[in-house]
Formats: sequence, structure tokens, C-alpha cells
Amino acid sequence: MIRPFRLEEPKTVREAAGLLRRHGDGARVYAGGTELLLAMKERLVRCDRLINIKKISALDRLELEDGTLRIGALATHRRLEESRVLAQCLPAFVAMERAVANVRVRGVGTLGGNLCFAEPHSDPGTLLLVLAATLVAEGQDGRREIPVENFFLGPFETALGGDEILTEIKIPVPPPGSSAAYIKFGYLERPSVGVALFLALDDAAEGITSARVAVGSAGPQPKRVFEAEALLQGVGVTEAGRRIDQAGEAAARAAEAVSDIHGAADYKEHLIRVLLKRALARVIEDCQKQTR
Amino acid sequence: MALQTEAGERQFVEIEFTLNGRTQRATVEPRELLLDVLRNRFRLKGTKRSCDMQVCGACTVLVDGQPVSSCTYLAFEVNGRNVLTIEGMARNGKLHPLQEAFIEHGGFQCGFCTPGMILAAKALLDANPDPSDEEIVHFMEGNICRCTGYKPILESIHAAAKKLPTAKA
Repeated sequence: MIRPFRLEEPKTVREAAGLLRRHGDGARVYAGGTELLLAMKERLVRCDRLINIKKISALDRLELEDGTLRIGALATHRRLEESRVLAQCLPAFVAMERAVANVRVRGVGTLGGNLCFAEPHSDPGTLLLVLAATLVAEGQDGRREIPVENFFLGPFETALGGDEILTEIKIPVPPPGSSAAYIKFGYLERPSVGVALFLALDDAAEGITSARVAVGSAGPQPKRVFEAEALLQGVGVTEAGRRIDQAGEAAARAAEAVSDIHGAADYKEHLIRVLLKRALARVIEDCQKQTR
Repeated sequence: MALQTEAGERQFVEIEFTLNGRTQRATVEPRELLLDVLRNRFRLKGTKRSCDMQVCGACTVLVDGQPVSSCTYLAFEVNGRNVLTIEGMARNGKLHPLQEAFIEHGGFQCGFCTPGMILAAKALLDANPDPSDEEIVHFMEGNICRCTGYKPILESIHAAAKKLPTAKA
């Protein structure tokens, strides 16, 4: 049974930030609760105050504004899975959301909650890393934007300050001729390994003008793999195919894979190499389809 | 919903919601889980606790028509909402077509997963009256059955879909 706590239902972000500042570590932000409540049931986290932020309006919006997708932190996975706007501009994101946990978790769990909980075995953070997303945090001292690369500090640890709440996830809509993919593998509820790739090709769809690679779930936090990106960027698609094993090696190293219930470290490294190769084939094919 | 305090320490919340078609009121602690309130307060034992971590689907109930894991869902959240459990599926002593189909097609053996299966399937058919195999599997993959091997469950849902031709109308 969950230990007793006091429920607080602030109506504004400012009010929520004030509660967090006043109550410190004993206060927990509650969005969908799909991860937090599990930890509370197991008594793995202390919670004297549960700050329910679902009474704050406009935190669940989803809109396209000047080429940027603005996703409210309280948007549920299910809503993102079913969004037509997202399906049009970011099909890879919809595909990722479609495969998060199960329909019950997706219906209640939020994108913002997922990111803030920073459970290493998770999907969205890895894909957001290659989509150049920015996270918007608000606290008592104001609002700031955090590039997603700087958001995850380690298992269950983020760059959010003690009184800050994640309010929004901003994703620039990728330009035509580009594509992204997120491929995961796992045999339990959560992924063992996730690999994300973004590529932009030149007008002839032959040369890679921009590449972003990320790995997640295997190690302590999702990570960009700059070494792999440098190998793929500025080369032709055929040459990229030759270099993908080397890029896979770099990604496997960058992941800092750990052995756990989801698999041994060397097994996860193997999966990363395989999944990156598949992602390359998929993304190139998708880019070329657009130019045909 | 009123947040109330008693004796400075413990907090209670008054909630009012629709449960299987009837308006109900309850006073709950914020920490109470919907599954416990349904089973212990309302004596509705059809909703099962199994994995207790939102993986297996045995505790599935519908909140405003959407499946949730009642084992990991705070009871106060149903305030003002509509909750459906397996006990609310039959109407006037007649089983719901999904219940009939599960019986007819052997969609269960031990029966422990069945209330959750049927409620998840209802949410699916309400939104998508004629789902493909793939759509059923995608929607239902979070409901685990250790007896049937799933094929009879797929058959049951298809059979119910045929009986409910105007489910969306």
C-alpha cells in the first residue's frame, strides 16, 4: 500500500513551482503517474506531497507553430500516437509512441512525465535526441529552454531544478528530403535497446547532408553518438553503408551498456550494431521515396 | 471534488462518479488505488489484481470508455468520470455480446484475465467496430492470457464484432 501523502492541486505552473520549492525533496510532481505510482507502491521514493499538475490548463496542448511542433508536457502517449498533425510531420515519432508499453499506459502516461522520470529503459528520449528537440522548463524564477542533449543526467536524474516543471517539448519539423527512425528490441515490457537515426539527404538523394544518431535503454541514459554522426555526415549513401559497421561500433561504445535483467552488456552492444544498420537502410529508403 | 483534512494529518477526498451506470459517492484517501476501492468498498470482485504493475491487464477497467490499469490508478481521479467494470457489462440479466462470444468461442480457460480482456475488447470495438487481426493484437497486446494461446480470444472478439454491427452508430 502507498504511504499516506498530501494531495496538492495547483492551478498554475507558478503555484506548482512554489509548492516544490517549499516542500523540497518530499514533494513529487504527478502527471500520468504510470511510473511514479509504481515506485510509490514499492516504496522506492519518498512522497509526502503529491503535486497533481493536471489541473493546470494548457499543459496538454499539441500544435504546429511556425515549423515547430509544440507538445504540452501532459499530452498522453495515446494522444500523440493518434495525432494527425504528428503523423504528417513526424511519422517516426508516431511509430515510436504506438509501441510504448501498452494501451493502458499510453492512455494515462504523458510524454513529459516519461522524460522527467528518466527511467533509462525508455523510448521517447532517444528519438527526441535525433529530432533536435528542446525542452521548456518553468520554475519560480522564470522559464528556460533546455536542449534535450543536456536534459538527461543519469538514471532517474534530469537537469530540472528543484522547483522546475517541464511544460513543453518543442520539435522542429524536419525538412523535406529527411527522415528519422527509431528501432527498439526487447523481450520484457521495457526496451533492452533503442536506436534512433535522423538523416537529411541532398536534392539528388545521394549524399548525406546531416546525420544524427542516438542510443538509449542499454546504459544509464539516452545519448547522442557524435562519432557515428561524423562518419555518416557528408558522404554518399553507398559510402555510408560501408561505414555503418564502424558507426555501429561507436554507438555501442557510447551507449555504456550495462548488464541487467534486459540483457548482458555485450548482447546489447551487438543489438545496437544490428539496429543501427537497419535504421540506416530504412531512413535512406524513406528519404529516397520522398524525392522519387 | 473537495479536498478535506481531518485532525491535521490525514487527508480525505469526496468523490462522485458513475459506476456501472449508477451515480456513486465515496470518501477516499488520495493514496487509495481504484482497484482497492472497487474490490473492497464496492465489493466488485470481478476486477483482478495480478502483476500490480500495469503489464498484465487483469485489473483493466474503463474510465470514460478508455482502458486503465486500476492497480496503478489513484481512486480520486475518477471524480466526475464514468467507470465500467465487468459487473456493468450485462444489461437486464442478458450478457453483453462480448461475454457471449468469449463463452461460445472458448476465449478463456481459468478466467482470471477475462474481465480485463473483455473490457479492453469493448474499448477497442467502441472505437473500431470491425478491427483486423493486426488491430486487435496491437490494442490487446497488453492483456496477458496464460491459458488460451490467444487464438480463441481473437475469434471471440471477431465474433462479437459481427454481432455488434452498429456498435459505432
